[in-house]
Amino acid sequence: MDIQLKRGLLDVCVLSAIKSEESYGYKIIKDVKPCIELSESTLYTILKRLESADMLTVRTAEHGGRLRKYYRITDAGIKRIEDFKTEWKEILSIYQFVTREDENDDED
Amino acid sequence: MTKIEFLMSLHDKLAGLPQKDVEEHLSFYSEMIEDRIEEGSAEEEAVSAIGSVEEIAEQIMAEIPLTKLVKEKIRPKRRLSIWEIILLVLGSPVWFSMLIAAFAVLVSLYVVLWSVIIALWAVFISLAVCSGGGVVSCIVFALGGNVTSGAAMLAGGFVCAGLAIFLYYGCVAATKGMGQFTKAILRGIKRCFVKREGAQ
Repeated sequence: MDIQLKRGLLDVCVLSAIKSEESYGYKIIKDVKPCIELSESTLYTILKRLESADMLTVRTAEHGGRLRKYYRITDAGIKRIEDFKTEWKEILSIYQFVTREDENDDED
Repeated sequence: MTKIEFLMSLHDKLAGLPQKDVEEHLSFYSEMIEDRIEEGSAEEEAVSAIGSVEEIAEQIMAEIPLTKLVKEKIRPKRRLSIWEIILLVLGSPVWFSMLIAAFAVLVSLYVVLWSVIIALWAVFISLAVCSGGGVVSCIVFALGGNVTSGAAMLAGGFVCAGLAIFLYYGCVAATKGMGQFTKAILRGIKRCFVKREGAQ
């Protein structure tokens, strides 16, 4: 898959994993697993990118005698997901157009 | 490998990065391992699930901007004394111009390499043009009644076309090689910063 496209998709995927409630690193990896296999190092990069784009906020909290970082989505992050949905509709209609052309080719 | 061994090894590999970044990476991976252990994995199992230290360090180095490494490198580890500052300022006409000269030499070496590739492409283009020209002049001579010269022109045109096709693959390979060489240089510069820092 095109790297830029994949990067954008992974961003939305992670945002969506923290949309309903704040979450932490390992839980995000487990949550997106059915959809995409995400390595720790990749997740780190995504979280950093989203944080610097103000799409999520980070807080450190105590958990079982150690520290854990929790990630919470911001309004900008929610907007990114909504934008993605709109964009995706456009992509879907392009996809349908392209595959319809294929079907016509097959008939020839 | 235990959690501590993993983190120590990663710490060593990341020497050269700003301290804050190193700490952030270490606490991130520490949390990941702890969470896996909490879920019921054995420590060794949790560490191996994270992946190899080499790969992780490689990816971190690939993603960190070169400017950040340079900034970290030139940031003094201690406050400079007043005499050091005076010497630096007084000596600046010497060391600054030498630094620029050294940098310019390196850049020009790199430019020279690219010029060779541009020259190769220029030869390719002229061969391609010559082959077209050979065919055209063959027709011109043939129409003028000079069949021998026309045949010679056509032959010349074909030779040029053959060489051009040959050279085309050479040019593409050289350009690709140069691209890879550029990437290797960037990686080398980054590694250079990390190694020197680690040796201190």
